Amino acid sequence: MFKIVKREEMAEGTVILNEIEAPLIAKKAKPGQFVILKANEDGERIPLTMADTDPDKGTITIIYMVVGKSTALFKTLKVGEVFQDVIGPLGKPTHLEKVGKVVCVGGGTGVAVLHPITRALKQVGNDVTCIIGARTKDLLILEEEMKAASHDLRVCTDDGTYGHHGFVTDVLKEAMEDGDVNLVVGIGPVPMMRAVANLTRPFEVKTLVSLNPIMIDGTGMCGGCRVTVGGETKFACVDGPEFDGHLVNFDELMLRLQAYCEEEKACYEDFCTLQAAT
Amino acid sequence: MTEKAKKKVKAPRVGMPEQKPEIRKRNFEEVPTGYTVAMAQEEAARCLQCKKPGCVAGCPVSVDIPGFINLVSQGDFTGAIRHVWTKNALPAVCGRVCPQEIQCEGLCIVGKRGEPVAIGNLERFVADWERENGTGELPPTAPPTGKKVAVVGSGPSGLTVAGDLIQKGYDVTVLEAFHKPGGVLVYGIPEFRLPKAIVAQEVNFLERLGAKVEVNAVVGRTVSLDELFEEGYEAIYLGVGAGLPRFMNLPGENLIGILSANEYLTRANLMKAYLFPDVDTPIPKGKNVVVLGAGNVAMDSARTAMRLGADNVKIVYRRSRDEMPARAAEIHHAEEEGIEFFLLTTPTLFKGDDKGRLTGMECLKMELGEPDDSGRRRPIALEGTEFHMDTDLVIVAVGSGANPLLTQSTQDMELNQWGYIVADEETGKTTKKGVWAGGDIVTGAATVILAMGAGRKASDSIHQYLTWGW
Ligand SMILES: Cc1cc2nc3c(=O)[nH]c(=O)nc-3n(C[C@H](O)[C@H](O)[C@H](O)COP(=O)(O)OP(=O)(O)OC[C@H]3O[C@@H](n4cnc5c(N)ncnc54)[C@H](O)[C@@H]3O)c2cc1C
Ligand code: SF4
Ligand code: FES
Repeated sequence: MFKIVKREEMAEGTVILNEIEAPLIAKKAKPGQFVILKANEDGERIPLTMADTDPDKGTITIIYMVVGKSTALFKTLKVGEVFQDVIGPLGKPTHLEKVGKVVCVGGGTGVAVLHPITRALKQVGNDVTCIIGARTKDLLILEEEMKAASHDLRVCTDDGTYGHHGFVTDVLKEAMEDGDVNLVVGIGPVPMMRAVANLTRPFEVKTLVSLNPIMIDGTGMCGGCRVTVGGETKFACVDGPEFDGHLVNFDELMLRLQAYCEEEKACYEDFCTLQAAT
Repeated sequence: MTEKAKKKVKAPRVGMPEQKPEIRKRNFEEVPTGYTVAMAQEEAARCLQCKKPGCVAGCPVSVDIPGFINLVSQGDFTGAIRHVWTKNALPAVCGRVCPQEIQCEGLCIVGKRGEPVAIGNLERFVADWERENGTGELPPTAPPTGKKVAVVGSGPSGLTVAGDLIQKGYDVTVLEAFHKPGGVLVYGIPEFRLPKAIVAQEVNFLERLGAKVEVNAVVGRTVSLDELFEEGYEAIYLGVGAGLPRFMNLPGENLIGILSANEYLTRANLMKAYLFPDVDTPIPKGKNVVVLGAGNVAMDSARTAMRLGADNVKIVYRRSRDEMPARAAEIHHAEEEGIEFFLLTTPTLFKGDDKGRLTGMECLKMELGEPDDSGRRRPIALEGTEFHMDTDLVIVAVGSGANPLLTQSTQDMELNQWGYIVADEETGKTTKKGVWAGGDIVTGAATVILAMGAGRKASDSIHQYLTWGW
C-alpha cells in the first residue's frame, strides 16, 4: 500500500499531482524513469514517469492528466488514501552529460516529466533553455518550477492568452536558428514530439523524446510496449522510455496508442455516469 | 502376471468428469471437475503396487507413487497427502499441469498392456481432498537459525525453495516483480486449467509458516542483488523464469491485434481482463483468431480466445502433430472445444488497414526434412504454396527467452550464449558467491515440476552452505 501524502489539482482540475510514500523507489529513482501504478484490486496498471522524488522523505511525485477511467479513478483518491501497487523505478534513466547548450521542450503534462530531466541537465553544467507550452494559459503547469530548473524559460500558448502566441516548435525554431544547440529534449503529446523531431532533423542536433506506449508489466516480459526505432523493434519499458527522436516511428506509436480506444471510451463513460449518480 | 494383476490391467481407467465442451468453451471455470472418493478408490485399486515401479523413475522429483496410491485405496487421504508432500510441495498444481503422459504415467507398468493408472488425477484428488477436508495443520518447522534468505521470483521454483527453507528454520523473504505472487501459475496458466484460488492458498500456506512475500519488488531495479547482501541476506535464490516473449520478426508484426502470448495471457489471467468492463484492464476480442505455436502456451491462448467469444480459433504450427509440444490432455481439450489445427503452416507477413489494425496474414505450407539440433525434423517451406488467412487477432506463442532485466544489472554472474544463468546441475550454484538459480531462467522454458525439482536441489545446497560454508 502506497499512501498519498499530498494532492493538488492543476490546469483547472484536468491535471492532478500526487505525492506518494514509496521509500524504496524514491531512494533508487533517477530522472527519466517511470513507475507503474494500480489503484485497487481490479485496477489497470498505468505507467507514469516521475515528476519528482524526495529520497529523504521517501516520496515520489506523479503528475497526470485525467484522460480515461483509470486516471479518473486516480483523481478520486484523497490525501491519506492509497494506491494498492506502485512498481519501480522502471526504464533507463536519462543519460546525463555536459554537452553545452541544451533546449528542453515540454507540452501538456510532458512538462512534468521534463522537469527532473531539465534540472539534472542543468546540474551537470549545461546551459539549459526551456520552452513549455499549453493550449491556453489556465492549462499551463509548473511554470515556476521550470524557471528554477533552467537558465532561460520561454512560455507559449496556442491561443495567445499568455507568453508567445503559438506552438513550442515556433520558439524552438528560433532557438535552433540561433545556433550552437548540442542537445534537444522534447517531451509531450506524440504529435508534439514528432514535430520537434522533424524540426531538429535538418539541424542534425541529437533529439531525445520520451515515449509512453501502452504497457502491462514494465519489465520487458510482454512486448505490449513495442515501438519501432531505426527500423528495429524495441520494448519502450526496458530499452527506453527515451529514444532518439530522429529514429522513432511516431506514426506507428500514434496508431498503437489507439489499440483500446473503444473499450476505454465505454469504460470511462460508465465510470463517469456512476460518479455523477453517486 | 497373476490373475489378480491381469484383471487390474483390464479394468478401465476411471475418467475424471469434465464440463461438456460446448458449455465450457464459453466459460472460465475449471474443465475437469474432480474425482469423488469412490472414483479415487476405484482408480487407486488399479495400481499393481510394483516392486520396481516405472512411474517413480519417470517422476522428476521421485514421488513414492505406489506408496501414496496404496494409502488412497485404503481411504487414508491424510496419510496420502502427507506422503506426497515429502517430495512435492505443490501437488494440487502438479496433478493438474504435469505432462504425466511422458513422465510417471508414460512409464506405468499397467500402461504397457492397457491404460496407465491415472496418477495425475489421483495426485490432484488427494491435494483437493486435503484443501477441502484437511485440518490445515502446519508441518513442524526447525528452530530459527537467525539467517536470512531471499528468494527472487514467486513461480513454482521460488515457492519450493521458500517452503523448504522456512521449514528448516530460515528467515525467508520472497521478492516478486508483479503485484501478485505465483509466477506463470497466476499470470500464464488460465483459470479453467488451474484455479487461482489454489495458487493463492499455496502462497498463503507459506506465509502461515512464516515466509514473507514482498510483491512489486523488481530485483535489478527496485533493489539489486548486492544491496540484498548488504541488507543482511546470506543467500539468494533466483527463480525468475523465462519471461522474454519471442516474436516472429515478420513484416507487419507491430500492427494492432498482434500480441505475445505473455501479454494476452497476462491480461486475461493476472489482470482478469475476461471480466472487463467489471475490471479495468481490456483485452482484444478477436473474431477470427490465430495462435502461432503448439505448446501449452499456445493451447492456453487458443482456449482463452474461444472463451472470450471468438467465431473461430486456429492453431498455426510449422511442424506436424507428432512434434506439438503441448500436454496431450490440452491438445485433446482444445480439439473438443472446436479449435482448428493448421499444421505444417507458417506465416510470412501480416496485413493491416489504414488504422494500423490487423486484417490478415500470408502463409506458406511446409514439409518436414532432416532432424535438426533439437532432434525434431526441420520444417522446410514449400515454394508456390502461399495462401491468405483472414484474422483480426494473432497471438504469438512461439517460445520465450531469458529476460535480461536482472542479469544485466548483476555483473559477476556467468550467463550462457542465450542469456540464461549458468548454474551447477546438482546444486543450483551460480558463479556468483551466495547466489543460486533454477527453473526456467536456467533451463529455458520447461515445466513446473522441473522448476520445482531444481528448487529442491538448491534449497538443500543453500542449507548446506549456511550450515557449513560455500
Ligand atoms: C501459458 C503457460 C502454460 C504452461 N503450461 C504448463 C503445463 O501445463 N505444465 C507444465 O509443467 N508447465 C507449463 N508451463 C511452463 C511452466 O509454467 C514453467 O516452466 C514454470 O512456471 C517455471 O517456473 P519458474 O519458477 O522457473 O518461473 P516462473 O513461473 O516464470 O516465475 C518467475 C517469477 O519471477 C518473477 N520475476 C521475474 N523477474 C523478476 C525480477 N527481476 N525481480 C523479481 N521477480 C521477478 C516473475 O514475475 C515471475 O512471477 C506453462 C507456461 C506458460 C507460460
Ligand atoms: S507403475 Fe503404475 S502400476 Fe506400477 S506402481 Fe506405478 S502407478 Fe502403480
Ligand atoms: S510493458 Fe511489457 S514488455 Fe514493456
